[in-house]
Amino acid sequence: MKVMAQLAMVMNLDKCIGCHTCSVTCKQAWTNRSGTEYVWFNNVETRPGQGYPRTYQDQERWKGGWELNSLGRLKLKAGGRVRKLFSIFANPLMPSIQDYYEPWTYDYDRLFSAPMQEDTPVARPRSLITGEPTKISWSANWDDNLAGGPELAPADPVLRKVSDQVRLSFEQAFMFYLPRICEHCLNPSCVASCPSGALYKRSEDGIVLVDQDRCRGWRMCVTGCPYKKVYFNHRTGKAEKCTFCFPRVEVGIPTVCSETCVGRLRYIGIILYDPDRVVEAASVPDDKALYEAQKSVMLDPEDPAVIAAARASGIPEDWLEAARRSPIHKLIFEYGVALPLHPEYRTMPMVWYIPPLSPVVDVLSGTGHDGEDAGNLFGAIDALRIPIGYLAELFTAGDPAPVRAVLRRLAAMRSYMRRVNLGQERDESIAAAVGMTGEQVEGMHRLLALAPYGERYVIPKAHAEQGAQLEELATGCSLDYEGGPGMNGPFGEASGMPAPVAVENFHALRERQSGDDLDQAHELRGRVNLLNWDGKGTPDGLFPNGDGEKRS
Amino acid sequence: MNALDVVLWVVAPYVALTVFALGHVWRYRYDKFGWTTRSSQMYESRLLRIGSPLFHFGILVVVLGHVGGLVIPKSWTEAVGVSEELYHVVAVVLGTIAGVATLGGLAILIYRRRTVGPVFSATTRNDKLMYAVLALTIVLGLAATVLANIVGGGYDYRTTISPWFRSIFYFQPDPSLMAGAPLLFQLHALSALLLFAIWPFTRLVHMLTAPVGYLTRPYIVYRSREEHRTGARAPQRGWEPSSR
Repeated sequence: MKVMAQLAMVMNLDKCIGCHTCSVTCKQAWTNRSGTEYVWFNNVETRPGQGYPRTYQDQERWKGGWELNSLGRLKLKAGGRVRKLFSIFANPLMPSIQDYYEPWTYDYDRLFSAPMQEDTPVARPRSLITGEPTKISWSANWDDNLAGGPELAPADPVLRKVSDQVRLSFEQAFMFYLPRICEHCLNPSCVASCPSGALYKRSEDGIVLVDQDRCRGWRMCVTGCPYKKVYFNHRTGKAEKCTFCFPRVEVGIPTVCSETCVGRLRYIGIILYDPDRVVEAASVPDDKALYEAQKSVMLDPEDPAVIAAARASGIPEDWLEAARRSPIHKLIFEYGVALPLHPEYRTMPMVWYIPPLSPVVDVLSGTGHDGEDAGNLFGAIDALRIPIGYLAELFTAGDPAPVRAVLRRLAAMRSYMRRVNLGQERDESIAAAVGMTGEQVEGMHRLLALAPYGERYVIPKAHAEQGAQLEELATGCSLDYEGGPGMNGPFGEASGMPAPVAVENFHALRERQSGDDLDQAHELRGRVNLLNWDGKGTPDGLFPNGDGEKRS
Repeated sequence: MNALDVVLWVVAPYVALTVFALGHVWRYRYDKFGWTTRSSQMYESRLLRIGSPLFHFGILVVVLGHVGGLVIPKSWTEAVGVSEELYHVVAVVLGTIAGVATLGGLAILIYRRRTVGPVFSATTRNDKLMYAVLALTIVLGLAATVLANIVGGGYDYRTTISPWFRSIFYFQPDPSLMAGAPLLFQLHALSALLLFAIWPFTRLVHMLTAPVGYLTRPYIVYRSREEHRTGARAPQRGWEPSSR
């Protein structure tokens, strides 16, 4: 068994207040450049709503992700390799800038340059695409908080799958926010769609990245991704996507969107999985079985056989330790409250969601019931088919059973913990009703409600042992570099790769110990290294000569 | 054979081809980030979906035709029983159709580039020069074919231009072969040489990385952090690659 590690995220939707802080900080960090004005690696959508780009979930139109062919084998929904190459000159499924929105700025100069007049000058919007004056009619979150609900919300592809009766009573029923980043899928269809092979999945941590030097702008990844989370930089002509903030997570700190989330609703951790079983799991015939199939690919980090196989696959010990402490593994398996987004796309997404219970609680409280009573909540979850149907279309390919189970667990936690907080005795029967123990419920409450920083983010650093080599500590041979000691590069002295500092120090020290005078530094290959200059003597090239010439 | 012939048909081809080859090496080493189609499909799709396939599939047939006419010697095709008349008819018919498709596609694309605001504002001076030389080459080539073969009595370039073209590659260039060719063919060859010379420095470089490897590679690409280094240069040992 081969074992690979994957950085994954879970978002607790109950705690999302739709403040867009994640989107804004992500944009400031990654996409505040020209050509990426419309690019939101992280965006927050109001559900029901059209999403970003508009109606991206309608795969009959956009043909993202995978599907099964007549033989039951996995194929790209937009067509295979030959078809892709034939449509490379004009991609028929490519979203236009209007499907996102036309980015704009304001004519701020008018505010200063307008002549004295009766009316206050205004800064008119100007398109950043054409430079012409424009009328703003859409943006990344135009339907925020159900704005334009009766006209815009019915175009929601998820809502259209739920029956007509639901649609009519829907917007009174509930609304929630869905923050989205790249899913960093186990079976990424963007990677499979890239003709140049520029997109790749990092074997150490599963982050899906675009090699900017290899991308040739064929645009197939944009259409291949069913979540529409690969964007085309229209200035550079290259694809760009969420990087899972790899420079941050490599040193063990969370992504910008997670770090700045005011609701503290994001969790980051490691999942171990078996890459050889991914395709098999993504090919199960029944869409509704994909949630369980994806769970079956993930491995138990406590299992000795898994640990042994992981070691054999070269996963470092600190990563195994992180996998055992992973909040993601806990939320998916032990507490069983996290669900994947659109498993029916068959990409095996790795950003999972805890569906929101708050709409149910709100309806109960709004009708004068006790929104935290276990009996009331359990009843309401079953009675309010509308949210469940909608959530099931998002998270379980339409199967209401797992969503109901998750909501019941969240409801049980609510009423169990209320008794604890009110000083009443712990009621094990509430936990037992959802197949948990009181201890587990309290553990889940700690992770979800208290959400301590160190437990939300369990991010092992990237290969500490390589870092040691980088710093030339004793783990690597200090003479182990191009050319070896005393060798010059192909173009004479000081050409080729610079010698490691340790080697230079070694020679300088030897020179100092055995040499006649202090400033002899012949072994320094003509270069000055301030690190091994101890203030004594005047090494060549460090100081100018009195007569303005370099000392010989 | 005078000095001008040597300059035009010996010096110019070698200069152009050297610039073409070394230019691509240089571009690949120092500007991988700029090596892209720079597609403008996001801005406008309706005209592109007609013009772009028309142009690209047309030019692919044209390229195949040039390989057949310039690279394969006349004796070879005659050895397999293709008579000059048959070759001529096929080449003229196919070449004219493909040439017209290419030119029509290019006309649509240039019209689109000029009239669609966002596309025009994304057009650089480099692009404009490239479009001019590309259009000139295609127009001259099509004109030479049409005038010589359909209006005129036909011209067997496989006894003059093709041997000259091949002679360049085995380093025994014979400018006299080209000196006697009709003016339109000469102009077409010269503008093509100019096109080759500017090629590495324009967006045309995307042709050299046509993704044929996609047909055989596995769908999911895994790469290790160590294999991948940022930038076109090998990183210097030390503190620079923070991703390591």
